[in-house]
Amino acid sequence: METLVFIWDNLASIARMTLEHIEIVSVGVGFAILTGVPLGIVITINERVAKIVLYVGSIIMTIPSVALFGIMIPVLSVIGQGIGFLPTVIALFLYSQLPIVRNTYTAITNIDPALREAARGMGMKTSERLRKVEIPIALPIIMAGVRMAVVINVGIAAIAAYIGAGGLGKLISRGISQSDPRQLIAGAILVSLLAIAADFGLGWVQRFLTPKGLRSPSRTIDLALRLGALTGFRKHPRHAQ
Amino acid sequence: MIKLSNVTKRYGGTSGPVVDGINMEVGAGEICVLLGPSGCGKTTTLKMINRLIQPTSGKIFLEGKDTDEFDVVELRRRIGYVIQQIGLFPNMTVEENICVVPQLLGWDKAKARRRAAELLEIVALDPGVFLARYPKDLSGGQAQRVGVARALATDPAVMLMDEPFGAIDPINRELIQDEFLRIQRQVKKTIVFVSHDIDEAVKMADKIAIFRAGQLEQFDTPDNILARPASPFIAGFVGTDRALKRLRLVRARDALSACGCSVRVGESSARARAVLAEHGADQIVLLDAADKPQGYFTAAQLHALDGVLTSAHAFRIQNTANPGDDLRAVVSSMFASGASWLPTVDDDGRFVGYVSQAHIVELLRVPAVEQT
Amino acid sequence: MKYERHMRAAACVNAAIGLTLTVACTSARADNWWSSVAQYRSDIVYQSIQMMEMVAIAGVLAIVVAVPVGIYMSRPSQRHGAAVVMQTLNVGQAVPKLALLALAMSVMGIGRVPAIFGLWVATLLPIALNTYEGLRAVPRALIEAATGMGMTPLQILWRVELPNALYVIFAGIRTALAITVGTAPLAFLIGGGGLGELIFTGIDLNDFTMLLAGAIPTALLAIFTDVFVGQVQRGLVSRGVNPQS
Repeated sequence: METLVFIWDNLASIARMTLEHIEIVSVGVGFAILTGVPLGIVITINERVAKIVLYVGSIIMTIPSVALFGIMIPVLSVIGQGIGFLPTVIALFLYSQLPIVRNTYTAITNIDPALREAARGMGMKTSERLRKVEIPIALPIIMAGVRMAVVINVGIAAIAAYIGAGGLGKLISRGISQSDPRQLIAGAILVSLLAIAADFGLGWVQRFLTPKGLRSPSRTIDLALRLGALTGFRKHPRHAQ
Repeated sequence: MIKLSNVTKRYGGTSGPVVDGINMEVGAGEICVLLGPSGCGKTTTLKMINRLIQPTSGKIFLEGKDTDEFDVVELRRRIGYVIQQIGLFPNMTVEENICVVPQLLGWDKAKARRRAAELLEIVALDPGVFLARYPKDLSGGQAQRVGVARALATDPAVMLMDEPFGAIDPINRELIQDEFLRIQRQVKKTIVFVSHDIDEAVKMADKIAIFRAGQLEQFDTPDNILARPASPFIAGFVGTDRALKRLRLVRARDALSACGCSVRVGESSARARAVLAEHGADQIVLLDAADKPQGYFTAAQLHALDGVLTSAHAFRIQNTANPGDDLRAVVSSMFASGASWLPTVDDDGRFVGYVSQAHIVELLRVPAVEQT
Repeated sequence: MKYERHMRAAACVNAAIGLTLTVACTSARADNWWSSVAQYRSDIVYQSIQMMEMVAIAGVLAIVVAVPVGIYMSRPSQRHGAAVVMQTLNVGQAVPKLALLALAMSVMGIGRVPAIFGLWVATLLPIALNTYEGLRAVPRALIEAATGMGMTPLQILWRVELPNALYVIFAGIRTALAITVGTAPLAFLIGGGGLGELIFTGIDLNDFTMLLAGAIPTALLAIFTDVFVGQVQRGLVSRGVNPQS
């Protein structure tokens, strides 16, 4: 197909665009992990605060990405960074917050209260308990949130091409504006493959990080973990006996 | 009422049959408990009665008719079914839950709702409060009662219950078992009940069927199973204290002895000695004009005593038994007060007879040749 | 429950005020900002309707297809194929929305139809997945009790499984629709119209007011859709099943 020929001919620039794309997503999600995970842990202390934080997060999520870019531009052009890398990364950072914070929070609060009791009864301090028991158990669910954030953000970064961020979205936008189906299809397929590859790759990392005792062979549970996070499922109420 | 004829269940490929050639018959109005350790086939057998599991071979008859000839859905609607996890539908109120089968059968809505209120009364839950509640607002005991009410909704002749009280804490379990027996006295259903708890079986059953590895080891009344277990396995399963368990099955009123052995205040010591001799007993109770015990005398004491008997000379009675008490409670009371006998008084305090350890032992004795 | 409603209202108000203040403070044209936006009033209305029409059509068609698919996949007879199908849908979910729309355009040309098609695909994946998962999550004990009581499989599905799965199914619909509203502006890029016109044209012309005139209504429409479906959810999901009541 001509698209394949096109890709082959332009391998260098396409590779560059792919790397740009990955870079943007990594920076955005990376910073989001640095702030999101601690935030998710902190809000487990107070349920009311948690509710507020999670609600703000979901409000941000409902703002369409284009809209968020749109809002960023006038705000950031004051410091001359209206388009390009910075607004994109900030938007990606904001979009990654909810999946990561919510999954971290859900993972920790859904840990069977009996485990917490046992740990306290054995004389563990809160920090020890978090480190040795809760976080290892919570890790796969947190990882699922990171994975969700990355996949969403690969898509959003594609849109960011329209505000000059570079990446594979440029192929799509040029394909549309130049009525060039080769660029269009190449861009669409490549960015889809990138998203799918990221999904599988991080899925592998997620399974790797799951403590052996918790590993389940079932893909459906993997699915359920993600959907559970999506719908904010609560298995163990916060203050159950 | 229910007849199992050579019922067998085999799962393809596995070692042996899960249920092997079961023959038993449950009479109308009886509670039959299927009892046995985990994996013995009791639940499988239960589920074959309402065809949740299809027998590999053999036949099951309900009211004389082969269950295979019924349409399976019709069959199940005629049988009440209660499971351990209760299974109340969370999306429906208590009333809607109870009305499920009536609705399936096309009952008039008003009739179904009246029935639901009636049933809640029978299971001792206030309809005004509970009809509109959702299962998530109920405690374990309440949910279980609603489950029973739901199974009784269409007044089925037969009920199948799969460890229905297993999920309730022991204290509430006792209460709800008593409730259930009370309800059964009122409704007289034919019930097949799966349990792994010997005490529950002894308490609830008219007949117990003991299962082991798919086979029916013994099918008899609780007392016979406790007194004459058919195999060492059963003897072990029912527990080494089975004689004590049997005590629970007998009421004091059925174990009275020497009811005429008493003497009144104002009668002579000579008379007392004569009564004692007549009954061949060692102690005699002193009664007042209203037949209420005032104390007791021993034979030895009476030899030394002359004249008219008054309560001043008598030993004090520490404990009494009530005719309705089960013998386990009575024996426990005897141990606590160090006595080998107790006078039994009815609810008005009147003396009706003695319960003595010696007589109890005699009553429950199993001839050596029948022992395992 | 009341607390939640208050929070939601407060959040919306705060969002709106916050946005207004931020822009007002940073825009050099603070004084006639509002009148600038107001000049796009007719465009906003026209494009909003255009966009929500697309969302509504794609959404309804997605629900109509996805829910039955999810139900069918959850049946015991489909146990073996279901995992594969669900995994495929899951992979499909990872595909960026822009790519979906672009691929739709390459096959179907430009205009509303490919846009609606792309949005339809994007919406139906999460709804099917949630329907499947929601039904699978119904406790086995309920189904056993229902079977033992003499319900036919269809009656069990209708009276027991679906009502108990409805909360999760609705959560899926709600999320999917909110995301679709957020994706809809992209339809402009393939000729479908909608508020994307104001947004993207604003970006191209460096016209912040035009941009905001498209961005803010989009955000508000997404929030509104979420709240609206939430209300429908509250109405249809039995109180006994709703974990928040």
